[in-house]
Amino acid sequence: MKPLSLFRVERRPVPSGRVVLLVSILAILAALVVAGIFFQAYGVSAIRAYQLIVKGALGSKLGLAETVRRAIPLLLCGVGLTIAFRALFWNIGAEGQLLLGAVAAAGVALFSGLPDVLLLPAMFIAGFVAGAFWGLIPAWLKAKLGINDVITTLMMNYIAIYLVQWLIHGPWRGPTMRGFAYTDKFPSAATLPTISWTRIHWPTLLLGLALAVLAYLLIIRTRAGFEIRVVGENPDAARFAGISGFKTTLLVMLISGGLAGFAGVGEVAGIHWRLLSPTHISMNYGYTAIIVAWLARRNPLVVIITSLLFGVIMAGGDVIKVSLGLPFQLVNVFNGLILFFLIGSEILMRYKISFSLRRQ
Amino acid sequence: MGWETWIIATLSRTLAYGTPLLLGTLGEIYTERSGVLNLGVEGMMIMGAYAGFSTAYTTGSPWLGIMVAALVGGAFSLIHAFASITLKANQVVSGLALTMLGLGLSGVLGRSWGGKPLPVPISKITAPGLSKIPFLGPILFEGQNLIVYLSILLVVVMWYILYRTRIGITIRSVGENPATADSLGINVNRVRYLCVLVGGILAGVAGGYLSVAYRPAWTEGMTAGMGWIVIALTIFAFWNPAIGMLGAYLFAALYHLSFRLQPWVTPEFLKAMPYAFAIVVLIAVSRGTLQKRMGAPAALTLPYTRGEE
Repeated sequence: MKPLSLFRVERRPVPSGRVVLLVSILAILAALVVAGIFFQAYGVSAIRAYQLIVKGALGSKLGLAETVRRAIPLLLCGVGLTIAFRALFWNIGAEGQLLLGAVAAAGVALFSGLPDVLLLPAMFIAGFVAGAFWGLIPAWLKAKLGINDVITTLMMNYIAIYLVQWLIHGPWRGPTMRGFAYTDKFPSAATLPTISWTRIHWPTLLLGLALAVLAYLLIIRTRAGFEIRVVGENPDAARFAGISGFKTTLLVMLISGGLAGFAGVGEVAGIHWRLLSPTHISMNYGYTAIIVAWLARRNPLVVIITSLLFGVIMAGGDVIKVSLGLPFQLVNVFNGLILFFLIGSEILMRYKISFSLRRQ
Repeated sequence: MGWETWIIATLSRTLAYGTPLLLGTLGEIYTERSGVLNLGVEGMMIMGAYAGFSTAYTTGSPWLGIMVAALVGGAFSLIHAFASITLKANQVVSGLALTMLGLGLSGVLGRSWGGKPLPVPISKITAPGLSKIPFLGPILFEGQNLIVYLSILLVVVMWYILYRTRIGITIRSVGENPATADSLGINVNRVRYLCVLVGGILAGVAGGYLSVAYRPAWTEGMTAGMGWIVIALTIFAFWNPAIGMLGAYLFAALYHLSFRLQPWVTPEFLKAMPYAFAIVVLIAVSRGTLQKRMGAPAALTLPYTRGEE
């Protein structure tokens, strides 16, 4: 194994944690500065806008609660994505996998006729299975036929969107929801408890936190995690070492799709209590989670922090909309900027490292 | 409405709606042929739509609007080119970032423009004489605009360049085997920059067409996923402009039929077809020689560094 690790260190030097943290913070600051220009262009002082966002999203009980409830689906999707990204599987499809989870949960809640106690557990299981199923299709296509994962996961998102739209306009449209494209409201045994008056559905939050820890242990401590890392970092070595790329790809997408499915269950059972239009179920959580996972440098534990950060940004978007009258779309601008600065800054880290190597 | 009128109306709308899909796809084909995947089509298109509309509205000139849309689309694509070619950043992430940025920026900038109809849209042409040809006349020569015809001309030109000229060989070799191209004295990164730029310009025009000609108004998010259909179409077309044209009209027809056949066929089913088709095509060409002849450019998404294989 020795020449192998030497080879790796030469080509993909791993920057120290401090450098990564510093560069990530710089990237976020740069995005804040550029986004600040937009605030100024709207005649709002950037400093005041950021003060309002921080105060609104973190300084009040309501803001804090909104931040956390936005962070829940980002956490679940983000943790799953770190696992897929570790194996270099480009899962751009968390959005669709989330929607499938929501569909399965709604199906169980409305039509299963299960006894009340079993309802919620069955919804979570069904959500996991459905999300995983949606993720396993592209995984199988890549592992078996070598088909590009980016494209298939993306396309599956749109198929999922139309599936949901068909259900809520057609067969699942609630008879009691006159004129609206919703399903009926879930029975109360199929809704998740929240922390007092907030919209924080805490069972999903706890699930997300526990899974972040478990995913971290999986990656760092287990044989399967080791195989995932080898497949992602050096596929040739993986083949040489007899690691099955096929099994690994299916495993990471089982997890990644399943966790996104959980997120979908949480949204319909914790927030909406019904299946409704795709843009209402997921406010681009599946796509935002890509940034969340990327910023966390594919470390599931760090996702706990980065998902909260993007929770702040989303809750902040509501704040600037309400108190400054600025469009919520600024959130998208900001997300795009962060993503650009993040990937742009990665070359910075590579240079740093090659410099320190030369010194040795 | 008789059957014939019904078919004529459908095909005529198909041609009109297929045009922005075609423009975007032609651009993405060149981009991907050079080895760069740009998932930012949706973002570039919506920026083109916003820029085209606001320019046409302010200046009163729809064609100036289209030109500015092209410029803005091109400028936007250069962000992706810089990130993915110069900085060698991940193309998938960079393209997604471009889409987020475009959707966000156009939403922010375009807020005050929403709901205003454009008083000076691009005029529709009815060719005297030709429009009298039975069946084909009213489809091809009545009520379409100049961009529709220009885009068809562009298919011929871009197909010819790609397969019959030195420039085309250069582009394809850069996308298939950049190291060999480099050793033959081709500036790989410059070719890629130009191809990404072509993609951006055409996506911008496609957006401008939507807001200045097709539905002369600005609505937030008015591209409504068209950029992703373009990504699907590029695959469906086997990266070939001629098949791209067929695909664009086929997908446009599906979109239109999703409204027109509503009583009989589930509209969501037809709307999901383009995305399903893209996957089916990928499966169909996933094997052996077919993959080599009709599959994706070999160096797609791989940044090129000299001396690194």
